[in-house]
Amino acid sequence: MTIPTPVLQVEDLAVCYGKVEAVSGVSLTVPPASIVTVIGPNGAGKTTTLSALMGLLPVRAGTIRVDGQPVGTPEVSQMVDHGIALVPESRELFGSMSIEDNLVLGAFHRHRQGARDSRQTMEQVYDLFPRLRERRTQAAGTLSGGERQMLAVGRALMAKPRLLMLDEPSLGLAPLIVRDIFRILVDLRQAGIAILLVEQNARAALQVADHGYVLENGTVRMDGPAETLRHDPRVIESYLGLNSKHQQMLAS
Amino acid sequence: MSGAPVSSTSSRPAGRGVSWGLLRPQTLLVLFLLAVLLAPLVLSDFTVTLLNYVGLSALVALGLVLLTGIGGLTSFGQAAFVGLGAYTTAVLTAGTDLPPALAMLAGSPWLALLVGLLLTSVVAIVLGSVTLRLSGHYLPLGTMAWGISLYFLFGTTEMLGGHSGLSGIPPLELFGFPLTESRHYYYVVWLVVLVAVLTSRNLLDSREGRAIRALKGGRVMAEAMGIDTGRARMIIFVIAALHACTAGWLYAHLQRFVNPTPFGLHIGIEYLFMAVVGGAGHVWGALLGAGVITLLKQWLQDILPRLFGSAGNYEVIVFGLLMVLMLQRARDGLWPLLARLVPVRQEVKVIDPQAAPLPRKDQPPHGEVILQAREVTRRFGGLVANNAMSLEVRAGEILALIGPNGAGKSTMFNQLSGVDTPTSGEILFRGRAIAGLGARRIAALGMSRTFQHVKVLSRMSVLENVALGAHRRGQRGVLSAAWRLERAEEARLLRDAAAQVERVGLGEVMHDEAGSLALGQQRLLEIARALCSDPCLLLLDEPAAGLRLKEKQALAALLTRLRAEGMAVLLVEHDMDFVMGLVDRVVVMEFGQKIAEGLPEDIQSNPAVLEAYLGGVEA
Amino acid sequence: MDPSIMLFLAQDGITNGAIYTILALALVMVFAVTRIIFIPQGEFLAWGALSMATVEAGHVPGTLWVLLLAGGLVFVLDLWSQRQRRDRRALLRSAGWNVAYPLVLAGLLSLLPLAALPQAVQALLVMLVVVPLGPMLYRLAFQPLAEASVLVLLIVAVSIHFLLVGVGLLIFGPEGSRTQPFSEAQLELGSLLVGGHTLVVMAASLLLIGGLYLFFGRSLYGKALRATAVNRNGARLMGISPALAGRLTFLLAALIGVMAGLMFAPLSTVYYDSGFLVGLKGFVAAIIGGLGSYPLAAGGALLVGLLESFSSFWASAFKDVLVFTLILPVLMARSILSHGVEDDE
Repeated sequence: MTIPTPVLQVEDLAVCYGKVEAVSGVSLTVPPASIVTVIGPNGAGKTTTLSALMGLLPVRAGTIRVDGQPVGTPEVSQMVDHGIALVPESRELFGSMSIEDNLVLGAFHRHRQGARDSRQTMEQVYDLFPRLRERRTQAAGTLSGGERQMLAVGRALMAKPRLLMLDEPSLGLAPLIVRDIFRILVDLRQAGIAILLVEQNARAALQVADHGYVLENGTVRMDGPAETLRHDPRVIESYLGLNSKHQQMLAS
Repeated sequence: MSGAPVSSTSSRPAGRGVSWGLLRPQTLLVLFLLAVLLAPLVLSDFTVTLLNYVGLSALVALGLVLLTGIGGLTSFGQAAFVGLGAYTTAVLTAGTDLPPALAMLAGSPWLALLVGLLLTSVVAIVLGSVTLRLSGHYLPLGTMAWGISLYFLFGTTEMLGGHSGLSGIPPLELFGFPLTESRHYYYVVWLVVLVAVLTSRNLLDSREGRAIRALKGGRVMAEAMGIDTGRARMIIFVIAALHACTAGWLYAHLQRFVNPTPFGLHIGIEYLFMAVVGGAGHVWGALLGAGVITLLKQWLQDILPRLFGSAGNYEVIVFGLLMVLMLQRARDGLWPLLARLVPVRQEVKVIDPQAAPLPRKDQPPHGEVILQAREVTRRFGGLVANNAMSLEVRAGEILALIGPNGAGKSTMFNQLSGVDTPTSGEILFRGRAIAGLGARRIAALGMSRTFQHVKVLSRMSVLENVALGAHRRGQRGVLSAAWRLERAEEARLLRDAAAQVERVGLGEVMHDEAGSLALGQQRLLEIARALCSDPCLLLLDEPAAGLRLKEKQALAALLTRLRAEGMAVLLVEHDMDFVMGLVDRVVVMEFGQKIAEGLPEDIQSNPAVLEAYLGGVEA
Repeated sequence: MDPSIMLFLAQDGITNGAIYTILALALVMVFAVTRIIFIPQGEFLAWGALSMATVEAGHVPGTLWVLLLAGGLVFVLDLWSQRQRRDRRALLRSAGWNVAYPLVLAGLLSLLPLAALPQAVQALLVMLVVVPLGPMLYRLAFQPLAEASVLVLLIVAVSIHFLLVGVGLLIFGPEGSRTQPFSEAQLELGSLLVGGHTLVVMAASLLLIGGLYLFFGRSLYGKALRATAVNRNGARLMGISPALAGRLTFLLAALIGVMAGLMFAPLSTVYYDSGFLVGLKGFVAAIIGGLGSYPLAAGGALLVGLLESFSSFWASAFKDVLVFTLILPVLMARSILSHGVEDDE
């Protein structure tokens, strides 16, 4: 059996946020068609890591490989070129534009490269989120929190990414919608998309992920199969809480 | 922008971020004063004259540092205020055939200064009331327009001598001694400049100064802390105009002649350049910028014709080029670069434990209804975001407002806190109707809040951020701050702020920049700031979001303590574990309406609530 | 005042107003997409007008040397920024647009009998020379500052204005020029004589506005610019880089500026530094539109044009005072209508 080349491989990543080194020596691997999650307390450097991988923040040290090929200093347009899409915590939708225009723009880069199949991709996205089709002429700014997250994911999918990076998709969403979003992530994995998921909601994240990394103070504290981490007493104590009846109920 | 999520390292040891350099700031100040004092004794006439102009420009640029660098308001029109000062004294001291009303005031330059300052205040207040309430981008364009208008007016008004100007302005006299020599005049100019610098620094390090520093990127927060940001904007606008007017007065008596040219738009732009080149966020940057640009211009005008001949105005090209390059390389101006070279010890604010505690409002008795919403409805076009919502919060009680996303919790929260006004219905705070009153007035009544997206001023220390909350508990104004007559009150404010910082457990990072804190700590900072306003009701918008378990437990403990002291707390929250373990009562919203209200354990088994959260086949 | 003078003044005001309109649209667009308050907009007007005058006189316009120089600088800068990655394709494209294109254009201009060419071809050549300076200017001055505050960008814009005025004096000299109108025809409407040039100005402005409307509403690139205006970070994540959006916007702004110059030069004498005041009048119009509304900006521009034309009849000494003071009641109205407090950036 051959081990497939990881979609993303990061070694010894270091990132500075202003003067402070926010992340140092982070290594992680995302195999194809898998969900890898990064959990950890706020301020651990999770968002910083994603931002740096996408080229939104300057990388100070480390190597990043996409499909085994080293990428120098990542730049946003270059990472988009490599088939990587980021759904940031703040969603960053085009509020005054229609849902359909938001989706069309998701395929902007592919269009520049000569692809002309955005209609078809859009139908697929609409099939995944029928709610978006219903409201396609509505301005993105008028959507509810859950619909915004759907649009953000849908827009990212318009670029037909091979790696989808999501930053806190559950933040600020009602539990029911969180469950929906996570179910769709599992579907996407089925469709062959690799997912790097940064989450606060450790319990839900570890439930859907194949592999997990625990980030603390800018470094990887633990990593392993999600199943193992879920039962690791240290993880339970720090991140899952002992009597989180509600979260558990909702994640199941 | 404040409140950007900061993913930095977690806890930092106390006192870190305070650099221990070699030099005390006072030493540097004395060295600088000595240099200013001795300069005319060693420098050539020409250089002293140049330094006079540097001083005049610095005075104008200093106003711009306050206005633009610190307050975030850009003006291209300062030269027009300089012109106002210069022309006022010119007309009053050298004008002939003055109308009788003006003739009364004529003759004395000192009286003319007073008249000029008054006139400038009036003009600035009129212009300010027109432009200052608008968002930031209008001001620069607006100032450009009235800068041009005033300039054309100077040139077309007959009484002001038209384009040829007015001459025969008398010199200033001190105790009968006429200051005709530039070496003598130098001391007047630089005395004014230094007084302006020191008073500006004093002002910024005060209660009013913190309000001014909050203007850039923190207005919504400042209003919620009871600060009148419109007034604070007007204050710096008038101060900047008065600085410019004073420079104009000094200029008129230095030149003893005025015409419209030095008050045109291009000169106004040049003053802004000085502030930006020096470092618009730094008081000393104004001096640096004025010096660099004045000398550079002089040098370019000198050297370029020798290199290229005198055909074009090459200095404009070189000047433009240098500006672009500088802004590409050192956006924050030269002062920060210079400051990095000189190791200055950073001094930490001293908290005086002996300072008298601030007076507190009478707290309502336990159990009294503090906040009451009656049938509050809010429509946005056809959408009903809140439909006949009613709730009440009592003293010594924690009420949670929960509900699925999009249920209308944030809308409700905005109406309670005065950010938004209900379409119909009533909101009573301690029996008084507050709907539509505005965040600032509501804050004054004793309601304080935190923000879902943290709003802290990241370049200010934790202590200063928290002290913003106490703004309304002090009274001393701008003048007493400028001359340090309010130190007793300041000590009391800082003492209270420090106590609140300790109370939320941020004592170790009290003197660190707020921006260096982790998100969870910034949320605690917001609570300390809210507490600093001595409220009887706390509105907390998702206080536990982004906190880790230990921090959540600490927050719950703090809220429990506050409740025991009689505080009323209303919180919007998503984290059920946090809510259920802490609060006394819960109000559940869905689709803009209240669907349940009761004790936490009842809510947890309420079928309507379970349906809203868990049931249904909603996508 | 008799009605024929009034109609004449109105016609004059509307013609100028049409030019202020398209300038105002450009200013609103540049601000929305790049957050740059584009003070040098007027310099494109002046350079377009003066280049046209030079071509009409049969000479190669000095702007060509600026194009050659700026193109060279852009290429060197691109080369430098690609020193690590060496993206062949990008470098070739850069060499093509910034080095080869100006050289080809220079060859063309030196071979053609410029004075003898039809006016439309002359105008086209002027556009080919001056318009590319827009994106080059963005690349050189603003692209390195994409993340800077509005204030810093504004100061850079003002510096560029100084720089371009200085260069303008260098390449065009201190004398002013007036160019031939695009049409000498006179149209008689009752007692009113409508100049052919007026009609050309109106038609060209309307065409331009319609074109921009379609571009922003329908085309992907237009939508990409709107997206950048709405949410810069979001656009970046879609692969719409601020640099791309900025260059495209500056291309449009330069195009609008040069067109305005070509239309303006037959109406009044243009000097190397005339652009500033004309551009500022566009600003007054844009401010009336709240720096965000295109239709209101257009209405404001017409108002400015009419006010200017009528006040030059009644109180010509105070013409500019009146136009620029117009901004105060407008701002006052906006101030009264505005509610609440917002955080500036």
